[in-house]
Formats: sequence, structure tokens, C-alpha cells
Amino acid sequence: MYTGKIRQILLITDGCSNQGEDPIAMAALAKEQGITVNVIGVTEKDIIDEKGMTEIEGIAMSGGGVSQIVYTEALSQTVQMVTRKAMNQTIQGVVNSQLQQILGRSQTMEDLPPDKRGEVMEVVDELGETVELEVLILVDTSASMKHKLPTVKEALLDLSLSLNARSGENQFSVYVFPGKKNDVEKLLDWTPKLQSLTSIFSQLSTGGITPTGPALRTALSSFNQKQSIRSLLSRDDESYFEESI
Amino acid sequence: MMMNHTLKNQYNLRPGTIISGKWHGNNYTIVKELGYGANGVVYLAKHKHTQVALKMSDNGMSITSEVNVLKSFAKVQGPQTLGPSLLDVDDWQCKQVGPLISFYVMEYIQGPDFLSFLHHRGKSWTLVLFLQLLSDLEVLHENGWVFGDLKPENLIVTGPPPKIRCIDVGGTTMQGRAIKEFTEFYDRGYWGLGSRKAEPSYDLFAAAMIMINSAYPKRFKKASGGMLQLKEAIRQKPELLKFEKAIVKALQGHYSNAKQMRADLLDVMVDKPSFDPSIQPKRADSGASVNSQKNKPKAGKPLTRQTYRKKKKKSGWTEFFIIALVLGILYALYTFNKLL
Repeated sequence: MYTGKIRQILLITDGCSNQGEDPIAMAALAKEQGITVNVIGVTEKDIIDEKGMTEIEGIAMSGGGVSQIVYTEALSQTVQMVTRKAMNQTIQGVVNSQLQQILGRSQTMEDLPPDKRGEVMEVVDELGETVELEVLILVDTSASMKHKLPTVKEALLDLSLSLNARSGENQFSVYVFPGKKNDVEKLLDWTPKLQSLTSIFSQLSTGGITPTGPALRTALSSFNQKQSIRSLLSRDDESYFEESI
Repeated sequence: MMMNHTLKNQYNLRPGTIISGKWHGNNYTIVKELGYGANGVVYLAKHKHTQVALKMSDNGMSITSEVNVLKSFAKVQGPQTLGPSLLDVDDWQCKQVGPLISFYVMEYIQGPDFLSFLHHRGKSWTLVLFLQLLSDLEVLHENGWVFGDLKPENLIVTGPPPKIRCIDVGGTTMQGRAIKEFTEFYDRGYWGLGSRKAEPSYDLFAAAMIMINSAYPKRFKKASGGMLQLKEAIRQKPELLKFEKAIVKALQGHYSNAKQMRADLLDVMVDKPSFDPSIQPKRADSGASVNSQKNKPKAGKPLTRQTYRKKKKKSGWTEFFIIALVLGILYALYTFNKLL
């Protein structure tokens, strides 16, 4: 059985990056490390320009995730849906590779007759409910995002409400870019609940630049640090798990 | 909500398009689009001269998941009213090359949606439909499911005789899991009044919100949020005030099953005739009862409660006298003994 955890970066932005590394390359780097990158483009009456759109789609595509352009009002629903959809995609990917091992090279869920597919789907559903999930949220706080930030906060609280209804464990972490001193600033370290965001978010100041690429790079290293601490602490536990299953 | 435009455009199938299944080989002719939701588009289609509803999605997983729910409904004993009955599941090769599109075919449930039915036929149908809905939910819950995305758009009134039916099982979730799909106005998480865990009280909250929605067809936005705003909304509409006790209890999550809510709604209707003989005092009584109900939500009918209280008062006094008397006798005996 699949006992790993699902790791995602959720990027909330409203436009194009203008400093540092290419964010699409950084997203590809994340994918290589088994981390999915999802992007939500928040727009108002003004439509995100074509360059911004291409970048948003590009990041999600090379990050193996989901992208969605959405009006500010519909942000809450979208954030939780995108996260869930990406999670299911990852699980399906894992299930598919297991199926290929059992049934042969080219078999995936879609190649099964509908009846059999239903049985596999039950496994996917079950995993979606119980799998451990780590989401790193990356919020663009460039000047144009300023008045959208209260809605972003609401949407993130809503996300934790949705995900915490699952029986599996969740870990969230929040970064904003640009930060006060650096390109990226950690707002909230890994925690199972996002409630503590409420106080921090109101003190946020917004900046002029949009260093999306560097932000993604920092996010990646946050995952890696976490992993190394974890593996030091709980190496025994994990090997025990593998044996018992 | 906002996000389905891409999907809608992707499968803008023209009337007359023939959908043929890869596995079972059935052909369906598209008649028109019935609607689209988060997980796909539903079409009215024809198959051998019978009308069917056909749902397709680029997300094969959600199709499979919904089919699983419908299959499980089919196993439930009794009258089949939970969801539409499932007729076929298949894949369609839309273009020569390209991915297969998953679809399933179900019974076509014909009729207006919940709110338009009430609009045309009058408010006197509200309670009837609600009692029907709650009976259906009871069966659904007993079988381990929670409907999830309960909203007027997902409720169709068929007939005659009018009968409410739930369509779109996209949000239907096994009890104990996290709700798969929801709509903000009907979601207790949005109002800050509970979790998104699939339990019967989640559906009952949504049912109560549908009741509120029937008095406010345009819905309203969360302002302050929470109970206060919703209670205020109930108070402003007499047709809601009548059911205030049941609605508020459902919003607070105090009902653990649909049967309890159903009984409380019925209670409101049963109460009325007992007040009828004298109209003037009825007004005063019902006003008072609303106030006292807020303090003691668990108490029964107002009239009986008053008499009960009087009795209780009376019995309280007799109790006091008896105890005083017994104590007096005991004390008298004591002093009598001491004197001897």
C-alpha cells in the first residue's frame, strides 16, 4: 500500500514574475523532487494579461499541478478544489503506476472497463481521505495584491477547514513574496492548523516586485529541510511502518 | 462556480451529436444541454426513443466516483428515490485521436427545480416538499451516505403528484469522510458553524439553509457571519419564523438525524388547530411562546407547558407544607422527649 505523503506548493498570484529565476524552471525542479505545484491566478474585473496567463499555466504544467484563474469572490471554493484535485491526480498517478506493475506496461485506470475502474476508484477515494498532506502556500504580496489579501486569508482558513475534515494528517506552511528584507519571507512554519494566520496577515506590507522564481526555490528548500529533520527524528518509526505493512 | 467555463466550452455538443460507447456499444443522440456543474456537463439525450440524462466530464475520476455512489444507491431496499437510477457507464472517443471522455447515463428526472416549483405553485408546498426531502435524507443517512452538495438547484420536483428528487450526486460522500463538494451558501463551514465532515447534521444544516433560501430567493452574502445573521434573517420572514425552532436547531447541528427534524416540523403544523378557537389570545400566546422558546429550546408545546408549570408550582407548595409539617412534628416530638 502507498504510505508516502503528498507534497504540494500552492502559488497564489495575480500576474507575471519580474525578478530572479524562471518560475517555470523552478516548478519543474519541484516536480523532479515529487512536489506538485498548483497555481491560482486571482483577477478582478481586469483580466490578467496574456504573458501572466502563459506563466501561470506554464508553472502548473511543468510543476505537474493544476492552474485556475478565478475572480476574487470565488477564491475560497477554488483554493480547496484545486488542492483536492491535485491531490487526487497525484494519488491516481501512484495507483496507475501500481496498476502498471500488476497488469503490464500500458495499463492505466482509463484502460480498465468501467466496472473495474469503480473498484480502483474506491482505493483512490480511500487514499484521498487518509493520506498525509503537506501544503506550502506561497502568496504574492506585490502592490496589486494588497486589497485582495483579506480574501486570500479567508480562502486559506477555508482550505484548512476543508482539509482538516479528512482523517489524514495535514501540514501547512505559508510564505509571502516579496518579503520585508528578502525576496521571500516565512510567515508561518509547518503547522496542522492555519488559524494563527488571522493575526499575522493583517500586518502584511506589500512590495513592488514579484520574485516568483526565487520564492518557489525557497519553498522547495523548506520542504527539504523539513524532510531532513523528520528523517532524523523518526527514522525508526518509518521503518517499523514499512515492515508492518 | 466561476471556474467551469473552460469545461463548458470544451464540450459544447450540438444537438444531434451521437455519443457511442466504447465498451457497451450503446448510441445516444444529444437533444440539449440540461446544465453543468463543477464536475461536468449533463445533456438530455435519446436512446431508442426514450429520454435519458447523460453526464460527461473530462475528469474520468469524478464520473467513476459518482457511478460508484449511484450503484450503491441501487442496492438500497425500498422505493428508489435517492438519486436518479443508473443506466449505463461508458467512454466515448470524441475525435479520431485524443483522450476518451467518460460518461454515464441515468434516468431523466423531469420537472422544475425546487425554487421555481414553489414560485409557481405557492408557499403552501414548502413544508410538504421538506417532509419528503427529510424522509429521503433519512434513508440516505441510514445507508451510510451524506448528500453533501444539497441545494435547490439539485432538487427537482417531479410529478404529478409532486415528489421531490435529488439529482447530482457529485457531492455525495461516505459518512465520516470529508465532504467532496459543496456550495458556500449551504455549507456550514462557510458560515463558521461546523466542520466539513460528512455527517447527517451536515445535510440538515443545508436543508435549513434551503428553507431560508425559499424565503430569500436571491440568497444573501455572509456579513457578520454565524448564527446572529441567520437568526435575524429568519425573524424578518413570517414564513420562516413559524419554523424558527426547527431551523435554528438544524443550523446549530442539534439534530443527529433527519427524523427528529421532520418530527419537529410536523409539530408546528399540528400545534395550530389547538389555538384556533380564540384568535386574540392566540396572538399573545404565540408571541410569548417564541420568546420563551429561545430560553428553553427543548420544551414542548407552549400551551401544555403553561399548565404544566402551574401544576408544578402547586405541587411545589404542597411539597413545602408537607416537609414543614413533618419537620414540625419531629421537632415537637423532640421537645416533648426533652421535657420528659
